[in-house]
Amino acid sequence: MELNRLTVHEAHELLKNKKVSSVELTEAVLERVHSVEPRVKAFVTVTEEYAMEQAKKADELIAAGDITPLTGIPALIKDNICTKGVLTTCSSRMLHNFIPPYDATVVSHLKKQNVVMVGKANMDEFAMGSSTENSAFFTTHNPWDLERVPGGSSGGSAAAVAADECLFALGSDTGGSIRQPAGFCSVVGLKPTYGRVSRYGLVAFASSLDQIGPLTKDVTDCALVMNMISGHDVKDSTSVPEPVPDYTRSLVPDLKGLRLGVPKEYFVAGMQSEVSDVINAAVKKLEELGASVDYNVSLPSTPYALAVYYIIAPSEASANLARYDGVKYGFSYDGPGTMWEAMEKTRQFGFGAEVKRRIMLGTYALSAGYYDAYYLKAQRVRTLIRREFDQAFEKYDALVTPTSPTVPFRIGEKIGDPIQMYLSDVCTLPINIAGVPAISIPAGFVGNLPVGMQIISKPFNEQTILRIAYAFEQATEWHKKKPEL
Amino acid sequence: MKLSREEVLKIARLARLGVTDEDVEKFQVQLSNILDNFEILKQVNTENVPPTAQSIPLENVMREDVVVPSSSPEDVLANAPRREDNLFRVKAVLEE
Repeated sequence: MELNRLTVHEAHELLKNKKVSSVELTEAVLERVHSVEPRVKAFVTVTEEYAMEQAKKADELIAAGDITPLTGIPALIKDNICTKGVLTTCSSRMLHNFIPPYDATVVSHLKKQNVVMVGKANMDEFAMGSSTENSAFFTTHNPWDLERVPGGSSGGSAAAVAADECLFALGSDTGGSIRQPAGFCSVVGLKPTYGRVSRYGLVAFASSLDQIGPLTKDVTDCALVMNMISGHDVKDSTSVPEPVPDYTRSLVPDLKGLRLGVPKEYFVAGMQSEVSDVINAAVKKLEELGASVDYNVSLPSTPYALAVYYIIAPSEASANLARYDGVKYGFSYDGPGTMWEAMEKTRQFGFGAEVKRRIMLGTYALSAGYYDAYYLKAQRVRTLIRREFDQAFEKYDALVTPTSPTVPFRIGEKIGDPIQMYLSDVCTLPINIAGVPAISIPAGFVGNLPVGMQIISKPFNEQTILRIAYAFEQATEWHKKKPEL
Repeated sequence: MKLSREEVLKIARLARLGVTDEDVEKFQVQLSNILDNFEILKQVNTENVPPTAQSIPLENVMREDVVVPSSSPEDVLANAPRREDNLFRVKAVLEE
């Protein structure tokens, strides 16, 4: 048995019953990393020595009877989440040498559980992108087809989980950056309700949209990780003091009594027909499991979400990225020139093309004379988008949509056309705008290429999402399929 | 609607982003294309619709005005590109 292929809950059983040690588990994972990384390239940093130390420590605790569901489990952390003493680059030249002096709150939570961190995951620079091609270092390759993208911006996290280079990963999601790569890599990816998980230590992109969430091999693992990372944090004033339930209690294999809606606007023009076929079959499965499905749901503001997102997110990003000035940390231009010239050159050479594009867009949208027409207008439409979700959730327990309109595209295919790239997130963006939770789960394949199904519900109702996801997963075999690497 | 060179240079100055002439031309095209896609929002009736800045119901999250442990100067200065004692060394802010 290749130990790296285990799920978190399977590994936990073996660890608890002393059939396997965390050291053995971690060695198997690291061996896999060495074997496939030249082809997948999911890791920016492999923390090999540190992982072995943590694994040894976990084994000591387990021997003493001190074990929780995540103890001794090898995990990968997206490189925009601060890890004390460990390089955190956001896959940007700007932070190529940045070693945080503190842990993100989610990292502290995982450390308390004695999780074994095996490394930091590659991503689109500063989380801006949908393919991981915007990484300043290298592109990650989709384990299902190495010529294709893993999605983004949490492409490294998703690819590593799919390739069994870790047992679970953490990602972040601002416009789809957990769900879309999860869909492209056939893994489970959840974006929690905004405010469910602390953002302290997550390098900020768009403060009203960002959330950290798990990428896992199955829904049970997702629930286990959510149990550990959720909750109020005094260090994040946007985290909500909502009690954290035991998400594993939602893992019920039937959907009797649940009312589901399928909003037609999510089946966009330009969607691949094979993808809608997979989703339609998946929704039929949900009906078989006992749910009632209304195919005639309409969220009329959906087509405006792209514009709303690409005004709000870059605007907030332009403010959040103003701190990168070469003064206190990170890349710092040290050629001749005035203070301002040095700052401008630091930002010119430290940031990649997409990051600069969004900073420019955001600066423009917020500037005097344009603020009302763009930013304020977008915020008003944002209210409409949120209201439509609120109204829908009065009638339905959850909404079901495709995660992405297409299967994973080829590396290089969309990178030349920013708008084409942005369109790959049309199904995921509205969810961040509204602040509601959503998951992507494996729903099937087109040939060997994964298709993800998205399940959305109202704020702080991750329980219903996990229940629907679990029931579907238990009734299908998609989550058991592995890429041939 | 194409952005002028002057507008792009002005935005770049506001964002403190150094740009080459090639960058300016590229931005003129790319930003204009993206901004064109925003015209669709003009179709939306937002009369009497309040703006949403945050999707959560929290307001004025406060804490007690009490000193709590913070990072040490060593931690904070560890990543300094240029350092002098407990200070970040920068170029002259005010020029003569």
